[in-house]
Amino acid sequence: MGRFETLQQMFRRYRRPGDLVFATVFLLFAIWLASQLQNQTIWANGQQLFAQPRFWPAVGVFGMAGFGALHFLSSVASDRIPGRWPEVGAWLRSLEFVAWFLAYVWLVPWAGYLLATLVFMAVLTIRMGYRDWRMIVAAMATGLAIVLLFRTFLQVRLPGGQLYHLLPDGLSTFMLTYF
Amino acid sequence: MDLFLSSLDTLARLDVLLALLVGSIGGVIIGAIPGVGAAVAIAILLPATFSFDPIVGLTVLLGIYGSSMYGGAIPAILINTPGTAVNALTTYDGYPMTQKGQARRALSLAYSASFFGGVLSIICLILLSPVLAWIAPMFGSREIFLAALLGIILVVLAHRGQVFAAGMLASFGIFLNSVGLEPVRYSRRYAFDQSWLASGFDLIVVVLGLFAISQAFMLLVDKDDAPKAQRVEGSLFSGLKELFRFKRVATVSSGFGVLMGMIPGVGEFTAQFLSYTYARRTSKTPEAFGKGSPEGLVASEAANNAVPGAAMIPLLALGIPGEALTAMMLSVFYVHNVVPGPGLFQNDMDFVVALYIVMLLLNVIVLGFLMFSTNWLTRIIQVPTRFLGVVILTLSFVGVYSLRNSFTDCAIASVFGVLGLVLKRLNLPVVPIILGMVLGGIMEVKLRSAMARVRTPWDMIDRPIAFILFCAILLVIGLHIRTLVKEHRARMEEPDHDIHDSHTR
Repeated sequence: MGRFETLQQMFRRYRRPGDLVFATVFLLFAIWLASQLQNQTIWANGQQLFAQPRFWPAVGVFGMAGFGALHFLSSVASDRIPGRWPEVGAWLRSLEFVAWFLAYVWLVPWAGYLLATLVFMAVLTIRMGYRDWRMIVAAMATGLAIVLLFRTFLQVRLPGGQLYHLLPDGLSTFMLTYF
Repeated sequence: MDLFLSSLDTLARLDVLLALLVGSIGGVIIGAIPGVGAAVAIAILLPATFSFDPIVGLTVLLGIYGSSMYGGAIPAILINTPGTAVNALTTYDGYPMTQKGQARRALSLAYSASFFGGVLSIICLILLSPVLAWIAPMFGSREIFLAALLGIILVVLAHRGQVFAAGMLASFGIFLNSVGLEPVRYSRRYAFDQSWLASGFDLIVVVLGLFAISQAFMLLVDKDDAPKAQRVEGSLFSGLKELFRFKRVATVSSGFGVLMGMIPGVGEFTAQFLSYTYARRTSKTPEAFGKGSPEGLVASEAANNAVPGAAMIPLLALGIPGEALTAMMLSVFYVHNVVPGPGLFQNDMDFVVALYIVMLLLNVIVLGFLMFSTNWLTRIIQVPTRFLGVVILTLSFVGVYSLRNSFTDCAIASVFGVLGLVLKRLNLPVVPIILGMVLGGIMEVKLRSAMARVRTPWDMIDRPIAFILFCAILLVIGLHIRTLVKEHRARMEEPDHDIHDSHTR
């Protein structure tokens, strides 16, 4: 089969750079959660163990800490794969897009779904390095199609924009209903 | 016959037919674009389907689930990039066939094998229905708890080489499900006096973050790429005739797909592996496998397309999802107060049969669509990846924000988006988190109600199905330990492969 000969080999997953960083952060997070178990859950007197409000959070948290510790140890014991910090850099680069996404979320109730989507798609397309006007038009056309599909046709619950209230009455109602 | 007619009556509506058309054709298109995949599309569409009737919503989602693998075969064969993760094995023989100038033959065979696998699995489901209707009522709280526990164990152990990581991520899912108000005493768990934590983590928000937003981030962070696919000349109908030459391989592969699809946490990869191994072992030309063998292509495509139908068995009969996509569909049932499980087979059999018919029809629609639209789909493959990232991020907004119009939900989904990106880039699995959340919730409820009648540990397994499930749990753990010991003794050097990295695309 070329790359693998047995079922075990097929299901085997291999480590990639940055594994140790993730294992460390996850383990610390799990230990912190475990330290909060007593404060953040209650123990109800007279209840069976399995019906305790604390039981399932404890299963989750101790499972995280136990497996997390084993994963951490296996990462420490494994050979180092070059490229750890560039990989962490790639994770951090995604934070820029979190900011873009949250800016879009903030913009929708204010500018309305249609305008916010057209602006968001056009600006992010330019930010991603596309300078050809056809790509920007394609982005805006895709944005319009998304709005028409979800808001106009499927009537998905999204708030009307504050800006729509500035429009003449009939148009304002139309925009609030369909865009 | 009455049952069949009443099921047809359920489907004979314009909205259901439209949903069938949109779901099946949409699924092919989504599958054909490397970088999207059924999970992303279903996650985005999930909240929109909540306003539909259950049959309409599920038809769209089933359409996407069942047809995405058809579309995924196109880039796998033409450009050596699987459209969906489960088409990875198709590249082994599909792409070499393209290099030999047999692209049309490869695509035609892939479509035919997919159709054969899809239809055969649904026929098996229909034939199995009376058995399921007989067995399902034997599942009480104890049995469902044990089946969910078996599902979690299988999901963790299936991630060979990263069992610890899968275990910690499944535990993380169980933890996430427990955050917020607990259902008996209404005490807060891990809410840290924050109102946004008191309501817990919504499964849809987590799913959208881990699958859709993370995928957008992946594409936006990476370099831009726009793969070029060649045109396919000639008729694609020839594969239907050629498939008869490989009917044994297609039938056995579909059988593996059905069997593996029914077992939670196993799914397409095992089915494909077993089918491929069988096909190669019994072939007259085993040396051609991996170099453009039509038998290998048939084995891979028939097996993976037989899984979606079979994966509906534990979901419908027991209410237990075996993988991420059926876990997402479970939320559609819950939103409409349709509780999948033993009661569904007793009280709503026409609904179940209607779903079977939907699955059957979608295979016919998809095959017809692909026969005429493959060249058009090859142009869709060429969408630049960063542009695709922008589109997925925009679509993710609809999914998250339409739930409760909440900025907080979007912020939480973004955090899970970053987590998903990290996991995918590290080649760590995302699915255990989702199954941990869903199965953790099922286990909590079922264990509590089961313990009311359990006095000694033996009571837990004193019924036949419970005992069988308990033995299955012991067997799975025992076999895993045996394999570990054997591997340790043999100290085999295993070559690295990137088949699971295709999850990241």
